Amino acid sequence: MSAPAAPRTPHGWPLWEVFVRARRGLSHQHVGSLHAPDGEMALRNARDVYTRRGEGVSLWVVPSSAILASSPDEQDPFFDPALDKAYRHPTFYEVPEGVEHL
Amino acid sequence: MSTPAAAPREAPTPTTPPLVAYLLGLGDDALILAQRLGEWITRAPQIEEDIALGNIALDLLGQARVLLTRAGEVEGAGRDEDALAYLRDEREFRNVCLVEIPNGDFAVTMARQLVFSAYQYELWTALRHSGEPVLADLAAKALKEVAYHRDHATQWVLRLGDGTDEGHRRMQAGLDRVWPYVDELFTPDDAAAQLPGEAADPAALRARWTAYVEDVIARATLTVPTPTWHSRGGRAGLHTEHLGHLLPQMQHLHRAHPGARW
Amino acid sequence: MQVDDTPTQERLQARFDRMVADEVRIEPRDWMPEGYRRTLIRQIAQHAHSEIIGMQPEGNWITRAPSLRRKAILMAKVQDEAGHGLYLYSAAETLGVDREELLDLLHSGKQKYSSIFNYPTLTWADMGAIGWLVDGAAIMNQVPLCRCSYGPYGRAMVRICKEESFHQRQGFEILHTLSHGTPAQKAMAQDAVDRFWWPSLMMFGPPDSASTHSERSMAWGIKRFSNDELRQRFVDMTVPQAEALGLTLPDPDLRWDEESGHYAFGEIDWSELDRVIRGDGPCNAQRIERRRTAHEEGAWVRESAAAYARKHAATSSAAGETAA
Repeated sequence: MSAPAAPRTPHGWPLWEVFVRARRGLSHQHVGSLHAPDGEMALRNARDVYTRRGEGVSLWVVPSSAILASSPDEQDPFFDPALDKAYRHPTFYEVPEGVEHL
Repeated sequence: MSTPAAAPREAPTPTTPPLVAYLLGLGDDALILAQRLGEWITRAPQIEEDIALGNIALDLLGQARVLLTRAGEVEGAGRDEDALAYLRDEREFRNVCLVEIPNGDFAVTMARQLVFSAYQYELWTALRHSGEPVLADLAAKALKEVAYHRDHATQWVLRLGDGTDEGHRRMQAGLDRVWPYVDELFTPDDAAAQLPGEAADPAALRARWTAYVEDVIARATLTVPTPTWHSRGGRAGLHTEHLGHLLPQMQHLHRAHPGARW
Repeated sequence: MQVDDTPTQERLQARFDRMVADEVRIEPRDWMPEGYRRTLIRQIAQHAHSEIIGMQPEGNWITRAPSLRRKAILMAKVQDEAGHGLYLYSAAETLGVDREELLDLLHSGKQKYSSIFNYPTLTWADMGAIGWLVDGAAIMNQVPLCRCSYGPYGRAMVRICKEESFHQRQGFEILHTLSHGTPAQKAMAQDAVDRFWWPSLMMFGPPDSASTHSERSMAWGIKRFSNDELRQRFVDMTVPQAEALGLTLPDPDLRWDEESGHYAFGEIDWSELDRVIRGDGPCNAQRIERRRTAHEEGAWVRESAAAYARKHAATSSAAGETAA
């Protein structure tokens, strides 16, 4: 894990990550970032920059410095152990011929 | 008329139907302000703001096109949105003077945006129930647009007024610059007065406008200016000298090729 | 624990090379060679600067567009360019630079932008020529970048290419209307194409024989096709479109070459490109001056907003809705 970085812009506005919900029923998806002096302006800028063509019905903005990310160096211990547990997937199991709705 | 040659050309002429005059007034407000905001693009304080100002200008241009198109239809003389935008002279424009004054710095532009979008917010709120169907339809759409414009201006007035000393000084100067043009927005208008079922009475919009704008100004630690002079006459085609510089730039190319399609 | 004797650097390099070879995208926090990072920063920044400076030649006609419909389209297009600049700066920022630094490099002339934007837009028809030729050439360059090995750059390009498709069409439409309009309009269209044709061909960069960074960028999966390949594709695509417009392209040597199955075209005057890149183009100084002025005159606005944010930091979190 890496600690949140200090705000990266010493002489500008902080960086914000933008997430857009394209329509109801879908989760918010990361679309990019932008600069804004504060959260309220970040939301408004996100609306103008990332939803000019009706791409969204809801927006999140998160200070980039607030995001904790897993490190690619730890990719193996983090994610490899999940790869050998085939029994978590339904295709692991044999279903006798003729049995339905299972 | 006894002295037709000497009389200043009233434009639109007194015979202009009130609905046409009213639609032209609102349409010209939106068109001229869109033109001014268009001047900001590539000059904004932050690239995000180039986009924001562009969005507002596009909304206003969209409103202008609906209003001018409808004015042309009601007039019935075959003039479309372009004929009205490009082929009328200065004295025929019916916009309030506020929208034609130069942009100034970002504070002047935001002061004007606050004043005008808060005014349009009340205007479109009232016009949702207009007996003129095009106005009522447009009002429903435009109200959402100007709610955003008003919020945008509000956020900026707060940040400039209650930010640095320089921001505060410039924002107050911006308010001082535009305040002489405020009264004109709420001055009773001949055309509106003749259209009780279709138009909104400008004077009736003022109380709610004042409540909103004065609250923003107070929160921004600024002072409501008390100007000594007031603009008047835009709706009758009596403008500031600035419009006479804006129009040639906007109209020149169109006029240089009479009858051409673009 | 796995024991590995090879030095870490080499192991990381090998893993990176394997990922690029397997067409697996490189993401911001992955290890990457310093040269790859520097090349990407330079290229993405230059690309972003081009979008931002590219707003100016077209912004030049917003207040003068000859119909309200055209005014709206042009405004939306210039606004898109600002958006594209932002998508790209945001991609560059994932590489550990910030936008302010990049803008400083642009303003001080240390980073370049596409030379095409150093040509003036003298008539309305230039809006058509820019959309058709300049955006057409840009799209030709950009589509392969959607598959760039660096994830954030590729994703920004996907977004940009999607939005760009209207830009080229509206340019073509402007020229088509003009070339089918009055004689004066048609002359205006031809003049614009005459002026923008050669600079558009130069947008693909120097010939392969003289391109300094090409080979490495190809190996890194940043570049997919050579400058000359893309230029040829552009010419092949454009010639029939010029015929449909009823306009001629200003190249006496332009002809269909049966043997190669491509259009052959005349010699490009590379000394002109060199000259414009060096700063001796008609609008270099003017474009940078405008950008720098906007930035400097906006400084007090940005500072005031930052001061407001600091003052209200304690209360502002309550103002927005919490995400859920």
